[in-house]
Amino acid sequence: MKQNWYKVLAVILLIYTVVAGFLGEVPHLPILHETIRNLYFHVTMWFTMMTLFSIALVQSILYLRSPNEHRDIVSAQAVNVGLAFGILGLLTGSLWAKYTWGAWWTNDPQLNGAAITILAYLAYSLLRKSIDDGEKKARIAAVYNIFAFVMMVVFIGIIPKFTGVDSLHPGKGGNPGFNTYDLDKNLRLVFYPAVLAWILLGLWILNLRIRTQKLNLLINDEQ
Amino acid sequence: MNLQMVWVLLEKEFRLEFRKPSAFNGIILYVVSTIFISYLCFKHIVDPQAWTALFWIILLFASVNAAAKSFIQDSKAVMLYYYTVAGAAEVIVAKIIYNCLLFCVVGLLSYLFYSIFIGNLIQNQGLFIGALGLGCIGISGLLTLVSAIAAKTQNGTGLMAILSFPLLMPLLLTLIKLTNYAVQGIAFSVCAKYLVVLGMMDIIVLSLSYLLFPYLWKD
Repeated sequence: MKQNWYKVLAVILLIYTVVAGFLGEVPHLPILHETIRNLYFHVTMWFTMMTLFSIALVQSILYLRSPNEHRDIVSAQAVNVGLAFGILGLLTGSLWAKYTWGAWWTNDPQLNGAAITILAYLAYSLLRKSIDDGEKKARIAAVYNIFAFVMMVVFIGIIPKFTGVDSLHPGKGGNPGFNTYDLDKNLRLVFYPAVLAWILLGLWILNLRIRTQKLNLLINDEQ
Repeated sequence: MNLQMVWVLLEKEFRLEFRKPSAFNGIILYVVSTIFISYLCFKHIVDPQAWTALFWIILLFASVNAAAKSFIQDSKAVMLYYYTVAGAAEVIVAKIIYNCLLFCVVGLLSYLFYSIFIGNLIQNQGLFIGALGLGCIGISGLLTLVSAIAAKTQNGTGLMAILSFPLLMPLLLTLIKLTNYAVQGIAFSVCAKYLVVLGMMDIIVLSLSYLLFPYLWKD
């Protein structure tokens, strides 16, 4: 039970997120209206993805410092789970954009950043599949992972700031939204627990994937 | 890092290139025939956006092709020989400098042929050439490391594009932005900001390649 507390917490918080997310009071802003609830189901995906990719980055750096199989497995699985959340983020965002902006995809720096990130990490998965030798695979994948993460930060974090291209997203470029000014008390009450809930769910899936991966390796060794 | 060793390795790259110029000629022929095909399809391009996009796409593919051979071409035995005579730092620095010079030459030649066939819309030549030079530094730093990664896999050249395109995007978008400014003939002072961003990205890419390469090269 001691090591499972976070799973219980994840389930409770997720139930709270869904119930309060759909039934709770939300501020009525122009353009957004009820779709503001997507804050709990779309924005949280990116938080979870970034958490998982950061775990993968840290494990890759540690792997290069002192190679050990556990770190490689954690880093590879964190990328896999992070990709799943990233794709969910794209889907929830795309669906929302269709009804708010009128298009499935728009030329928005944040959308492009997300798409490029997902492409880079899909390339990472492909790279892992094209090397057979375990130790070599781990080392090369770690190198690519570090490079990809830094370029992703450059793309998402630095370029939009310099180029001054405003995102269409709520709260950016003068659009009504939930930035620090009008992130209202009711929204925060659900949003912060929701972020925690999705991150915990991500960690739980990561934990399961690491364990199955290790079992797979054991089975392969015995054969 | 031993600068003399870097110089020796660089000299070796050039000597190989002059002795067997088929690789270099191949890249030039690739660029020229791509530009000629584009010319047959589009004739003259007058739309600045299309002009910029086509130029950078041609150069992107040419540089990925050119960089792919920087490690894949070296056999296991040759790599082993490098390890015994030089360190990782010298090898990567020499390869990056060589690729950077190669891309600059290929870039300038592409620009020449592109201007002849498709037309030249650039109004601020200095800005464009400056951006091209800074871009070549970053692109060569990134592609050299990616080609070292791709060389370790079974289907090296196929992976090259997949691995490098997403990582090249920040550099490429800034370059396209700068080219658009050069087409509009906007003064240096206005776009200095973007040149600074490009220079910063070059520094990031070069230091990453320099730091990460030592982990790639032992087998």
